[in-house]
Amino acid sequence: MTTPAPVEILDFSTIFPEFVNADIRPGYSGWIINKDHLIEFATKLRDVYGYDLLTSVTGVDYLPDEKMEVVYHAFKTTGGSVLNYKVQVPRLDPIEIPSLVPVYPGVELQEREIWDLYGIVFTGHPDLRRILMWEGFAGHPLRKDWKEAYFEEENKPFKSRWPDGKIVQAENNNLFSDNIIYPTDFDPEKWIPEGEEALYGALAKYEYTNKDGIKSDNIVVNLGPQHPSTHGVFRVSAVLDGEIIANLKPVMGYLHRNHEKIGERNTYLQNMPYTDRLDYLSSLSNNFGYALAVEKLMNIEVPERAEYIRVIMAELNRITNHCMALGALFNDLGTFFTPLIYLLEERELILDIFEAVTGSRMMCNYFRFGGVARDLPAGTLEMIKGLAFERLPKKVDEIDRFMSENEIIRSRGIGQGVLSAEDAIKYSATGPLLRASGVPYDIRRADPYSIYERFDFDVAVRQNGDIFDRYMVRLDEMRQSIRIIQQAIKGLPGGEIQTGKPQYQVRVPAGESYGRVESPKGELGFYIISTGKPNPWRYHVRAPSFINLTPYGHMCVGQKIADIVAILGSIDIVLGEVDR
Amino acid sequence: MYGKGILKGLGVTLKRYIETYVDDIRWMGKRYYKAEGIAHRSSKDAKGIFTIQYPEEILPSPEEFRFLPFLVYDEGDNGEHTIRCTSCGICAKVCPPQCIWIVRTTNPATGRPIPDPSEFYIDADICMNCGLCAEYCPFDAIKMDHAYELASYSRNIMNLQTLSKSATYYEKIRPINATKENQARAAKLAARTAATIKTE
Repeated sequence: MTTPAPVEILDFSTIFPEFVNADIRPGYSGWIINKDHLIEFATKLRDVYGYDLLTSVTGVDYLPDEKMEVVYHAFKTTGGSVLNYKVQVPRLDPIEIPSLVPVYPGVELQEREIWDLYGIVFTGHPDLRRILMWEGFAGHPLRKDWKEAYFEEENKPFKSRWPDGKIVQAENNNLFSDNIIYPTDFDPEKWIPEGEEALYGALAKYEYTNKDGIKSDNIVVNLGPQHPSTHGVFRVSAVLDGEIIANLKPVMGYLHRNHEKIGERNTYLQNMPYTDRLDYLSSLSNNFGYALAVEKLMNIEVPERAEYIRVIMAELNRITNHCMALGALFNDLGTFFTPLIYLLEERELILDIFEAVTGSRMMCNYFRFGGVARDLPAGTLEMIKGLAFERLPKKVDEIDRFMSENEIIRSRGIGQGVLSAEDAIKYSATGPLLRASGVPYDIRRADPYSIYERFDFDVAVRQNGDIFDRYMVRLDEMRQSIRIIQQAIKGLPGGEIQTGKPQYQVRVPAGESYGRVESPKGELGFYIISTGKPNPWRYHVRAPSFINLTPYGHMCVGQKIADIVAILGSIDIVLGEVDR
Repeated sequence: MYGKGILKGLGVTLKRYIETYVDDIRWMGKRYYKAEGIAHRSSKDAKGIFTIQYPEEILPSPEEFRFLPFLVYDEGDNGEHTIRCTSCGICAKVCPPQCIWIVRTTNPATGRPIPDPSEFYIDADICMNCGLCAEYCPFDAIKMDHAYELASYSRNIMNLQTLSKSATYYEKIRPINATKENQARAAKLAARTAATIKTE
């Protein structure tokens, strides 16, 4: 067990006095950068100060101050806590901020998202299009002055629903049974979906010549919406040169429900069940990240027993997630359903535990601020013990025996979809995707949260960064999770499971916080701004599945078309989290 | 040798295949359609076929399982129903998708509210089964149900009548929780009567 070295505190406002100011708003931290020097600052940060991993980019609309802000969260891959810096611009269209894509290509999709939802133009971005909303959409929905069709009220609880006792179903409000606002001069007969043109235009931007030097015509192939072997409603648009992929773009947003806008309307507690629905295969990790972010703001401690229960549940969740991820990956590689079903059996047994403890198999809604919802019911600890000590270690070994030496898996996996360590960091990849590329970056070790520093476990890491290594990393992680669960069960203390009395209306002091956990898919971060009111002012999810798609195109170029699905399977995405 | 890995993997499948028959024989027909067989198939020792043949076999729901809320009423000695809900509205305020509507009863003479709901609706189509209403109800009046076979031909809004279920039913589906809550309530009541006796 190692404790991370104390972080030296750099005072950037004295290092760069001409364009960096400390953020002195109460409850805030970090630095405010003059936008003209943003690229210079980011480059220095990366090259001189070692903050090579820019994980999260967030837009914030400060409507009362007439300001828009973009917040960057940077980390070192050698470990340590967050460095956040911000750019503020007046809230007058066109809002322009230089794009950081040249410095950190990993922000490409995130900047597109901010353009889509906030209308901030990133100058110098190679492909600034809408990403989650459709191309004909009017307005930028996360702006505070944007109201959706059939808007009820700013915040929950809605006064309109109670206590008048009127029963209104949304579809009865609505004569045409949809709730879309069209642009003022919209005519569906004449509308040309310019987004499609822009997509193909963006795909064609990249010139690809054959190895022989002969230029041939490329064809565009769309996989989906839906197909990419039905990880969800997803679409891949690829330019092919024969059978070789010349360029590829993921297209998403089919499952977009503006989770963040809903989150800004909910009270803090009401958000908890919504986080389950982000990455619906690992709802407890989502609960964990959100609870951490809010607890950081509230500045409360979690009782020992609750911490242990949290860790046990989160690690069980990691195993269920990897069961699903590996099963789906095997399907994508051509071993239809037998290994998937074998893994689902184990997942099923763990889901039984979730059902007994949290009340639901998938939508667990188990964490509360300052603890967990309820103690482990009688008998569940024995179930967990039985799985962690007896069954699961054997079953993971069985899958290892079953698949790891399989010639088809090896030939389709080894050397395919390679992402080098430098590229993985550059593209802000996190989680198993990053660790398979040889970067031993695991938040449980790099920036420990909860009580992870007490447990003895290894960070699963592989060196080649191909599909096969991503499979092996997940297998190793399952073994490490079992180790953590075993230690946590042995150390599980008695006592309280909740700090203070359970409250449905928590008081959250004004300020910002970024809580992040190592979710099974990567770094899951929640950026929350509180103004002291019952609802968050800004609620942003740094979704690992979404950001891990940034290097997807890069990994696919030069591969065969049949590898598109295999590479996607090895990233392990869940569309509930990609589209939010 | 090329293909050795595949053969090794096939060995795993073969072992699993044989296990199904061995397990069936070992349980001598008790493996299916019997409570002990179902319990075995969802335990850590499960081997062979996992499938529960729903609806012929039904997996027992654990106590904490939650699906749609219901309102608890107490039955008096002569069969009258007193609903525990006082229409305080905490459930409606805490509900994340805002699917609860309550109308308070008012005293027609004075116009002041009586702690009793005159109407109580839950839009079952909107409810996300999060269980927060049951968790934060201070009167143990709203609880999460176990009944999940609710397919219907139309959208449904549940009202006071369809939502009400007896305390006996609640004790049946959640025995441990119900006992704990009954004890807590009895203790509270005892403390209150002790306090009133003292003041008198």
